[in-house]
Amino acid sequence: MTEPLTEVLQSGHVTPLIERHRALGARLVEFGGWLMPLQYSGILDEHRAVRERAGLFDLSHMGELFVEGPEAGAVLAYALVTNPPALVIGRAHYSMICDADGGILDDLIVYRLGEERFLVVANAGNAQLVSDTLAERIAGYRAVLDDRSLATALCAVQGPRSSEILAPLTDVALASLRYYAIAEGHVAGIPALVARTGYTGEDGFEVFVETGRGEALWDALLAAGQPFEIVPVGLGARDTLRLEAGMPLYGNELDRTTNPFEAGLGWVVKLDKPGDFVGRAALERVAREGVARRLVGLVVKGRGIARHSYPVYVGERRTGIVTSGTRSPTLGDPIAMAYVAPGDAEPGTIVEVGIRDQRVAAEVVSLPFYRRSR
Amino acid sequence: MVPTDLRYTKDHEWVRVAGDVATIGITKFAADQLGDIVFVELPGVGMALEQFATFGVVESVKAVSDLFAPVSGTVTETNDALASQPELVNSDPYGAGWMLKVRIADPAQVDTLLDAAGYDALIAEG
Repeated sequence: MTEPLTEVLQSGHVTPLIERHRALGARLVEFGGWLMPLQYSGILDEHRAVRERAGLFDLSHMGELFVEGPEAGAVLAYALVTNPPALVIGRAHYSMICDADGGILDDLIVYRLGEERFLVVANAGNAQLVSDTLAERIAGYRAVLDDRSLATALCAVQGPRSSEILAPLTDVALASLRYYAIAEGHVAGIPALVARTGYTGEDGFEVFVETGRGEALWDALLAAGQPFEIVPVGLGARDTLRLEAGMPLYGNELDRTTNPFEAGLGWVVKLDKPGDFVGRAALERVAREGVARRLVGLVVKGRGIARHSYPVYVGERRTGIVTSGTRSPTLGDPIAMAYVAPGDAEPGTIVEVGIRDQRVAAEVVSLPFYRRSR
Repeated sequence: MVPTDLRYTKDHEWVRVAGDVATIGITKFAADQLGDIVFVELPGVGMALEQFATFGVVESVKAVSDLFAPVSGTVTETNDALASQPELVNSDPYGAGWMLKVRIADPAQVDTLLDAAGYDALIAEG
């Protein structure tokens, strides 16, 4: 046994819900510069609860960046690869912020809260970079950036029982709140933004409140979920849930050296939107000339688990590298995502993963690994 | 208190000695720290182990950890049940979750390992 997981925090932030997590016996971990819960009862147990019933997540580490003003939409259209002005008020879309060379700085969700008001949610580890980059790109536009990351607590309820749990607590009409929609209202009497978004592959909601109301929100959601056997869920199960759902994780599938097309996210990039945007020339070139590698799903056929950074081979040729991998709690098989050469990316292709000193066969499959029944 | 009839490594393996055969596994503390164990990779029967060298790997959902041999010796048996039920390491680390048996090469090595009190003190330090 080498070093077991331990509580490490060199510098940075602590979730405002830390006392709740300690009281629940959570194991804590540093992630994206924040001390956050890794697991409570265990990753497999928490994972199953979300697939079968419901789980409660503390996502207060995420970055909340509000952009407001007559040109709020215009500056986001320039700064991001999507076209936020095309969003209807109350709707959201998945987006990315790229560098001039097309490299991904972060993946985001953009919510349109009003005619001139947007919310951009960034990953914890990139929140400062995204904030700084938007502050640069906003120059000359009639819009202001309000970084409320530290002033905002975020809790998510995810799983098939989510709407039954949240409905009695809120004045937001959940039945008419569609996937990737957001509404302002109250939850447990607390002013809140309620969004039907998530990172688990299940139905669910994300609830944004002021930091000072975070504990009250957490307590209310946990209590309302008791009849449905809700469990608190840490970052460990969040990772296995998103991996089954085929969703990328920044730092694994996405980083400064990857572009959206390689990651299979070319559909996110709106090359047909009007005007210039940061990364346009580089991304148009990728779209025209094709990609050097493609993100694929793998199901390992032999014994072993493919993990982040393990090499992938076809015969003696090294074709790529694993970006994320685990044993799928829902399917039972070892699953992974990997970048491979475009010629090896067709579903059904058999590759080999270098797992320590062995080569283990794996099959390329289409993503996601898991899709909920509706 | 951990079981008193076992000896322990600082790397959280345990060993149970019966005659010249040592049964080896990982401690409950280690299994709890790792979390849900989903894969155990063990050497084949007949392989020679060297004390404190790696002999295999245990993987939880999140992490991969090396296993270190408490004593030198030759593998005589491995716990085949762990191939399909690796979670036995979590649920019964000192019993059904055992990993392998080795024929001990040098019985004096056993005396270099921690006893239960020593191991308890080690994990109490965190």
